[in-house]
Parts: sequence; structure tokens; C-alpha cells
Amino acid sequence: MRSRFLPLLMTLLVFILMYAFAYSRFDSFGSMRIIGNLLRDNAFWGIAAVGMTFVIISGGIDLSVGSVIAFTGVFCALMIDRNGWDPLATFVVILTIGTIFGATMGFFIHRFKIPAFIVTLSGLFLARGMAYVLSTDSIRIDHPFYEQISDLVYIFPDRGRFTFAAGAFLVVLVIGIFLAHFTRFGRNVYALGGNPDAALLLGVPVGRTTITVYALNSFLTTLAGIILSLAKHSGDSTIAVGLELDVIAAVVIGGTLLTGGVGYVIGTFIAVMTLGTIQTYLTLDGSLTPWWIKIVIGVLLFAFVGLQKLLSSRQGVFGLKRRPAIAGP
Amino acid sequence: MSTNGQEKTPLLEAQGLTKIFPSTVALSNVDFTLHAGDVHALVGENGAGKSTLIKLITGVYPKDGGTILLEGKEIEPRSPRHAQELGISTVYQEVNLIPTMSVAENIFLGRQPMRYGMIDTRATNRQAKQLLKDFGVDIDVTRNLSSFSVAIQQIIAIVRGVDLSAKVLILDEPTSSLDRQEVDMLFSVIRSLKERGIGIILITHFLDQVYEISDRITVLRNGQKVGEHLVTELPRVQLITEMLGKELTQTLDEKGTEASASRAAGKAYLRVQGYAREGMVEPFDLEIREGEIVGLAGLLGSGRTEVAHLIFGIDQHDQGEAYVRGEQTRITSPRKAIQHGFGLCPEDRKVEGIIGDLSVRENIILALQAKMGWFNYLSRQKQNALADDMIKALSIATPNAEKPVKELSGGNQQKVILARWLISNPDFLILDEPTRGIDVGAHAEIIQIIKRLAKEGKAMLIISSELAEVVDYSDRVVIMRDRKKLRELESDDINENTIMQAIAAD
Repeated sequence: MRSRFLPLLMTLLVFILMYAFAYSRFDSFGSMRIIGNLLRDNAFWGIAAVGMTFVIISGGIDLSVGSVIAFTGVFCALMIDRNGWDPLATFVVILTIGTIFGATMGFFIHRFKIPAFIVTLSGLFLARGMAYVLSTDSIRIDHPFYEQISDLVYIFPDRGRFTFAAGAFLVVLVIGIFLAHFTRFGRNVYALGGNPDAALLLGVPVGRTTITVYALNSFLTTLAGIILSLAKHSGDSTIAVGLELDVIAAVVIGGTLLTGGVGYVIGTFIAVMTLGTIQTYLTLDGSLTPWWIKIVIGVLLFAFVGLQKLLSSRQGVFGLKRRPAIAGP
Repeated sequence: MSTNGQEKTPLLEAQGLTKIFPSTVALSNVDFTLHAGDVHALVGENGAGKSTLIKLITGVYPKDGGTILLEGKEIEPRSPRHAQELGISTVYQEVNLIPTMSVAENIFLGRQPMRYGMIDTRATNRQAKQLLKDFGVDIDVTRNLSSFSVAIQQIIAIVRGVDLSAKVLILDEPTSSLDRQEVDMLFSVIRSLKERGIGIILITHFLDQVYEISDRITVLRNGQKVGEHLVTELPRVQLITEMLGKELTQTLDEKGTEASASRAAGKAYLRVQGYAREGMVEPFDLEIREGEIVGLAGLLGSGRTEVAHLIFGIDQHDQGEAYVRGEQTRITSPRKAIQHGFGLCPEDRKVEGIIGDLSVRENIILALQAKMGWFNYLSRQKQNALADDMIKALSIATPNAEKPVKELSGGNQQKVILARWLISNPDFLILDEPTRGIDVGAHAEIIQIIKRLAKEGKAMLIISSELAEVVDYSDRVVIMRDRKKLRELESDDINENTIMQAIAAD
């Protein structure tokens, strides 16, 4: 067995254990209904997590996720509800704005060698501030298009509902996996995170790759914001505060190394579903407050980083472990 | 093999290459010729200009004079990448690949075979496996690069470079962390590259390997070409003479008058037995008496600095014992070494020794304060007094003790480091290249200080590449080669000839 799949297997194991436990307590976890709901409820931040996986594999970080989602929601609500824009046109505009926003962050990170932490922290404040400037109130969206989307459901036999959001999530997932493993862009992202200096010498277009990674993430984050606005029928500038930290946690629990170079989009998906399962379980159980999810995330995160540390010290995943040896006589 | 390309146009020809840096001439009017299918070794001590020459050929630095011809046509490499496109690939000592990706991906990164607009992983793996097989390396190319030894990683880097249509391959210290078996494997790859008519420039400190694999040797010293020879026509002693720049003379030099016998009478201060660390230094014995100066001589990379690091506990020994004043002692960290009265002035004072932004006073106080513990704070008055004493004692040229150290000259910085150890009054001082890069006046002063310290009864171990200097102050000289202690020279045997012959001995 390949050691690089070990974190992924751990992620899968945790998911199976959690799901089996939830199923043993509530039969409903065996129904398509819960599965449909899991996909629907976690679609928006799951989409953001796919983007974050690329960022972290490239050796970076993006803290602006929650703010961009809030800004997207407020922007859509304002344009559609107050200014009467067509929803599809609004989506195109906000996706363009989001992508440019991410590309700009990537540009600063690459060109001026400013740590991604700082650049995206600025992005966090900027996007959140812009959301508040647009509106401090929650704006309701009443538009026939929003109703149509809500009605766009495929019903499984046992009342399972496969919604538009769930579909979008799965499409993003498949595209993410394809990008990561079957395109030169994807492999360049891995190379960049594995050893940036060597990547440059090996001819990886470092600047273009960095900018594309952040643009892709902000694009997906904006898409996540649209999915959330569709689900909530509103835009609210106070929403999704700190969501980036949940997203980062899911990526790490999904087996991606925070130092970059190693990770799987599918792992992130499994981690998102794991956390979703726990959330649903806590809601159904009712005896524990839902905030226990935060404690579980903390424990899992710690356990996974510990596992990574263990693996890397044993096998030198993080770098070329220079094996000293006596040179010939 | 080596005579093949003689009449044809050389593969690579550099004429009159010159590189001037603001303070020095790094390379002066150097010619270099590489024939197809030849291994051409580039040797010389630190600062000889080897890496400058390579950096001009690979476009890292723009050249200040001269021309480079590749297959008879003039080229102007602008960057390592551009050089690679022209057909000049470089493999560095530090392998520049992606440790977290598979071997196959590393070889084909950026040029993966595609199918239906997707990366064809199977074809990538198959082609990578075949490529490596052609060089006699049969490994699982789907495994991560980091799961292979440095030697295999280096071969993978070479294969990638060559597969990108290399005509010239530059190997920069490829063997410095390999064991014998791995070196053999690398050499067999190099031989098969020769057969394909690729020209190879080899930079290495290991002279045995130079003789084993190369066809020609070019010796550089102080930025100038000293000689170019067919390897079969160059005796080892002559090679070392050219590298170190000393003429071997028949008559023995007069030895520094005040050295040896008179001082060497002290008791043994430090004795180490069978000290070694796998991959760094092979087991060696060493005894240093109070008031004695032991010189540590050898070429660069011979293991001199490593000996100092082991003794001082920077790197841990995995074999052997140490006795301080006859008592067995385990020294496992620099902190312990300092507690036992050791001091070390490192080789590269900018990296390891000096904190440039702190003042002369602060730099001097540092080690003493660390030794006393941070809670036992030295009063400012005391600090000033100590610093002023040292500035006077070592005649450090600074207007006052508060000047940032980085504004002093190299020689004075060196004195500040010395002062740092002297105020904590060590019994045993290790100096690694104490006179490198400082001007002549300061040079003489440092040597005076060294001799004075020994007279005061301190045991000293001094590493130096300057043979004249070693001969001048050493009571005994330990000769290192290829990470082994070769032999020791005693008082009357110490002169530049004997040292050089000892280094070159077969």
C-alpha cells in the first residue's frame, strides 16, 4: 500500500465509522433522504472546500472565503431584488468579480512575495467591509427564478431529494478531481506545493499557476455564495463569519498536507460529508447542543495533523531527507 | 575516448571568460574546452571560481567578457532555463525535484504525454520506466521521489535533464552525500552518457573520484585557470600543488621559531578516541594539550569542519569517547561544550557567528550572558567595561562599542567573535578558518593573538587552508582527507611540503 494514500484511507475510515455509528442510533441514516439532505446542506461550503484544496496543495492559504460568500449573497440580493437585474446575468457578473478578486490576490502573493496569509487576510476584511457597505440589513430575494431553482428536484424512491445545490456540488467535485489529476495545471499545482524552488527550475509557470489557483478558489467561493443565496432566498452581510476555518479544517481532515504538495479533492469531499454527518446526527440526537460539532472538528483536526506529522517524520514526505553516507575512500 | 573529439569542433568552448564583482574579480580570462563524450573535471579550492564559471555558462550571471561557443556557434545564455533549452543542463548537489510527486511525474513534469486532452498517466509511467531502464536503473516509477535514496534522485534528475535534449551536462558536487556503492551507480550512468556523446562537466572535491571518472582536469585558483591536463598525465602531487598554489621545493622551509617544543609541555586538555559520525567523519583520535596549537589541514570537504562540529557537539558523535582533563565526558550539545570550557569560532562568520545589527558590545557579551543564564543579568557598566577591555586587547578598529558589527571590516568582525569567546575565558578554543577573507594587516594581528592565547595556556584547534599560516603557528598538524584522519605531523616535520605530500599521499 502506498503511504501517500494513508491519510486518505484514514479519512474514509473516519467517515465510515461516523456514519455507521449514526446509522446504529438512527435508522434514517440508511435512507436516501438523509443522503440527499447531506449533499444539499453541505453543498455550499463543500464547493468552497474543493477550491481551498487546490490552494492548500499549492502551499498557500485563503482566509477570504467567508467574506466572499457574504459579499456574493448581498450583491445578488441587492441587484436582483432592489435593482431588478436578471438573476443569471447577476451570477455571471458576480462570478467575474469573484474571479478577478482571487486573481488579484494571487498576483500580489506571487509578484510581491507577500505571504498568502496576509494578502487573503486583507481580502477577508475588504470583502466583508464591502458587504456591509452594500447593506447592513438582510435582504430577502423574491424572484420567480429562485422559486424555479428550488423546485428543480429529482425525487428518489424513498423521498430522497436530489436538489440543484447537490448537483452543483457533485459537478464541481468531478471537475475538481479532473483538474487535479488529469491536467498539466493540476500537476503544476502539486509541484508548486511540493517544492516551489525546484518547480521554478523544472519549468513550472509559477506565476500563472499561483494566480490561477487563487482565481479558481475565489470563483468556486463565489459559486458557493450563489448556492447559499439560492438556499436562503436572501443576502446577509453577517453570514459565514469564520467559515474559512471550517473549510480549511475539512481540507486537512481530508488528508491534504498544510505544507502543500500532497492532497486529494475526493478526500476533502469525504471530510465535508463526515462533518455533515456529525452535524446531522447532533441535530437528530437533540441531547447535545449542535455546537459539539466544533469540538469534534477540533479533535479530528488535531488527530489528522498528528498523523501527518507521524507519517512525514517516518518517511520524509515533507522533503528530501538527506541520507548521510560516507563517500568512497 | 578522450582523444576522440580533438580534431572536430569542441562541444563547448569558453574563451576569455571574465566576471567582475564590485569587490573582486571572480573569474579572469578563463578558457575552457569540453569535447563530446568527455568527462571534464573542474577542481579548485573555495573561491577558485568554479561555481562562477558554471554560473556564466548556465546564464545565472551575465558575463563581463569572453565568449561561449556551443558546437561552434556563439551562445548567450540568459537564465538556467534558457541554457537548458540550448542544451546545457545542470544537476545540483541539492536535488531540485519535487519530493512529494512520483518519479515518473518528476521526469515528465510540464511535458506529460497527453491523450484526449488528459494526462496519460500510463504512458508517463511506461516512458519513465523505459528511460531509467536505459541507464540500468529499474525502479517503481509510480512511487514518490522522496522514497528513494539521494543517489537515485540524482540519477532521476540527470535522466530528466538529458531527456530534455542535453548536449552538455553539468554535475555540481554530485557525490558529496553518497556512499561508495551509490557513487558506482552514478558513475555507470555517467559512463553511458559518455557513450552517447554527451559532454560532462564534473565539479567535485573528491580527488580519487576525479581520477576514477574524468578524462581531463582543469584547475582553477583565485579566478584564474592554472592548468588543463589529461588525467593520465597529471600526478596527484602536481594537482594539489596547482590547487593550493604552492611550489614544491626540495629544501625544507624554516619553521616558525617560537613554535612547538617549548610550549607543548602542558598536560593533555582534551583527548578524543575513535570519535566518528556515520556519513560525516570516520573514527579519529585526537589529543590537544594545554598551551598547544593543533592545526587541522586538508582540502575543502576533507572533513575538517566536521571534526570541529563533532568535538563541539554541534553534530553528535555516534562512536567514541571524549576525555576533558582525563575525565570521561559526553559532549552532546554546544551548550555542554561551553560549560566544559570550549569555545568555537565558526567558519562563516556572517552566517554562523555575527549578529550584524547588534552592536560590538552586544555581540561580545552574547556568549558570556548565555553561559551565566539570562536571569543573572550583566550590568550595563560591567558590559561596557568588558567590551572596552576586549576592544583594546584585540585592537578592534571601531569608534566605540555601540557601532553595529556589520559596519566593521571582515578582520574586525573576526576579532569581535574571538572577543566573544575570550571574555568567557575558555580553556579550549576551536577556530575554523580564522583568517579567511580578511586583509593582510588584520591577518598578522589575528595570528599574533592566536600565539598569545596559546602562551597563556589555552588549548587550540585551528582549521585553515592557508598552509603557511598552519606551519607558522602549529605545534602539531593533523591531516584530513576524504573525511578521514590521514596522519599527524609533529614539530620538525611541519612544513608546507610535508603537509602537501601528506594530503596527496596514495
